[in-house]
Amino acid sequence: MATLEIRDLHVTVEADNATKEILKGVDLTVKQGETHAIMGPNGSGKSTLAYSLAGHPKYTITEGTVLLDGEDVLAMSVDERARAGLFLAMQYPVEVPGVSVSNFLRSSATAIRGEAPKLRTWVKEVKETMERLHMDQSFAERNVNEGFSGGEKKRHEILQLELLKPKIAILDETDSGLDVDALRIVSEGVNRVRETGEVGTMLITHYTRILRYIKPDYVHVFSGGRIVESGGAELADKLEDEGYEAYTKGGASA
Amino acid sequence: MAEAQNIPVGSTTAGQIAVAAESTVATRMSAPPSFDVADFPVPHGREEEWRFTPLERLRGLHDGTAVANGAGVKVAVGAPEGVTVETVGRDDARLGRAGVPVDRVAAQAYSAFEQAGVVTVPKEMVLTEPIRIAVHGEGGIAYGHQVIELGAFAEAVVVIDHTGDAVLAANVEYILGDGAKLTVVSVQDWDDKAVHVAQHNALVGRDATFKSVVVTFGGDVVRLHPRVSYAGSGGEAELYGLYFTDAGQHQEHRLLVDHNTPHCKSNVAYKGALQGDDAHAVWIGDVLIEAKAEGTDTYEMNRNLVLTDGARVDSVPNLEIETGEIVGAGHASATGRFDDEQLFYLMARGIPEYEARRLVVRGFFAGLVQQIGVADIEERLLAKIEEELEASVA
Repeated sequence: MATLEIRDLHVTVEADNATKEILKGVDLTVKQGETHAIMGPNGSGKSTLAYSLAGHPKYTITEGTVLLDGEDVLAMSVDERARAGLFLAMQYPVEVPGVSVSNFLRSSATAIRGEAPKLRTWVKEVKETMERLHMDQSFAERNVNEGFSGGEKKRHEILQLELLKPKIAILDETDSGLDVDALRIVSEGVNRVRETGEVGTMLITHYTRILRYIKPDYVHVFSGGRIVESGGAELADKLEDEGYEAYTKGGASA
Repeated sequence: MAEAQNIPVGSTTAGQIAVAAESTVATRMSAPPSFDVADFPVPHGREEEWRFTPLERLRGLHDGTAVANGAGVKVAVGAPEGVTVETVGRDDARLGRAGVPVDRVAAQAYSAFEQAGVVTVPKEMVLTEPIRIAVHGEGGIAYGHQVIELGAFAEAVVVIDHTGDAVLAANVEYILGDGAKLTVVSVQDWDDKAVHVAQHNALVGRDATFKSVVVTFGGDVVRLHPRVSYAGSGGEAELYGLYFTDAGQHQEHRLLVDHNTPHCKSNVAYKGALQGDDAHAVWIGDVLIEAKAEGTDTYEMNRNLVLTDGARVDSVPNLEIETGEIVGAGHASATGRFDDEQLFYLMARGIPEYEARRLVVRGFFAGLVQQIGVADIEERLLAKIEEELEASVA
């Protein structure tokens, strides 16, 4: 069973000619089949955690380890991490000029699966997955994220999640900027992947709204660059009622 | 973080639509067209038509100091049966009909060439194989002149291939009879030091179809000036271009479509990729719709993909419309940047770095390559693009 183990992770970023520590010792274990909601106020370091795990060059790991099934994730390049089974659904997916969605998906699937998917079954697979996400077929011919609405970008991220079938999926504020219909469609996509039991999910969010559609097994409160409280789904209810104030008071974060 | 970005960085993009009573395209030139180099002052670099060009790298083509030395270029023409291939003297009456030199270097070439090539496809002859003109640089200085003429209803594909090293200034004329169809592919695959400045004049006959594909990869300085005018109504011109500008290279394409005749069409699409320090691409797209050219339908587009820091694009579309009685007129110019965030996004989906760059560049050019319609050239282009990319990774 695939397991992601994050131990004492410290991460810095260069900003305004100064080195700032954003993550201050994160400990978390995510197993295949589990869903962990990571919740916290803005600026608490949630997105930094997501992008650090994916290997974004902006972030420097100063301490700690990240293992995926015992393999050292931090020693891997960005593409190696993806091929090892890590997937990051981004909050701000990037426009890639000149590359069509269909070409992108196929290149990605070829890289992740280690061989080009058979064309006939692939076309069907993409078509059906797009239909379930209420995406028009013309989408495949557009350039990646170019001119996509906020909702289209998020659906496109979940389309990739469904097609690439990672071991560990990190969803970075996938719910932000979505209306209720789009949120439901996107959540259904995530749930289809979860129901296979083959993915461990880290659901990073500021709001409890998405947890009505995607039920977490664990809820972690993130503040000041680390996890300050962990519990079950009931912790989300408490956050819904009380907000993050209890965690941000005392200067833990801003 | 990781904001979506598609902004022109390290580039300038300017465009304007002028509705003018008189042609400012013509008046933007510092001297009227002429066959005689003496009618043009030596450019100093601030003239509108020279302001992007590094004059000091033209090896004297612009100031009269570049003297042909007989070791310039070797030209070999391979043509199917029935096509006439001639070498003629300066006084041949068939020269200079498609257009007049518009700048100092084109006039220098016209004033200095000793012999011209004339390729003639007789009327109604439809070729199934391309005419191939190989221009190979032998390291010297040369002035050239080439005429390609299709009789009425003739159809031909011509591939002009520039390789080797040379300092070359030339004029090329394409003359299309009524209803003729000509596709010309001009490939600039020069060695690193070559300097190539040329004016291409196409005169498109009534109901004739002209397709030009300009492909520029090599050279130190390449400055091409494809120009189209129409000899009768119903003419169509498609001007396609691809360039891949590497570190230190200057590649400049200056187009003019002169809609001087009613009911003609033109479509211009140029795309370029740039990589490396001081890679400089210039695209000037002038379209003039004269007052008498009612029913004109024109569109021009330039797109640039900047792959690395240090590259520069100047893209200037310019549309002048002297009559409102037209079918359509439009232009577009955009410069996008392949940046670290895009690379991260593709790599985060398992795609290795080299493959990511290849994907972006191939995708960028793919649609345009398909327009060429000459299979072996399309394949060679895609292979060449790969080669350029590999060179950048190494």
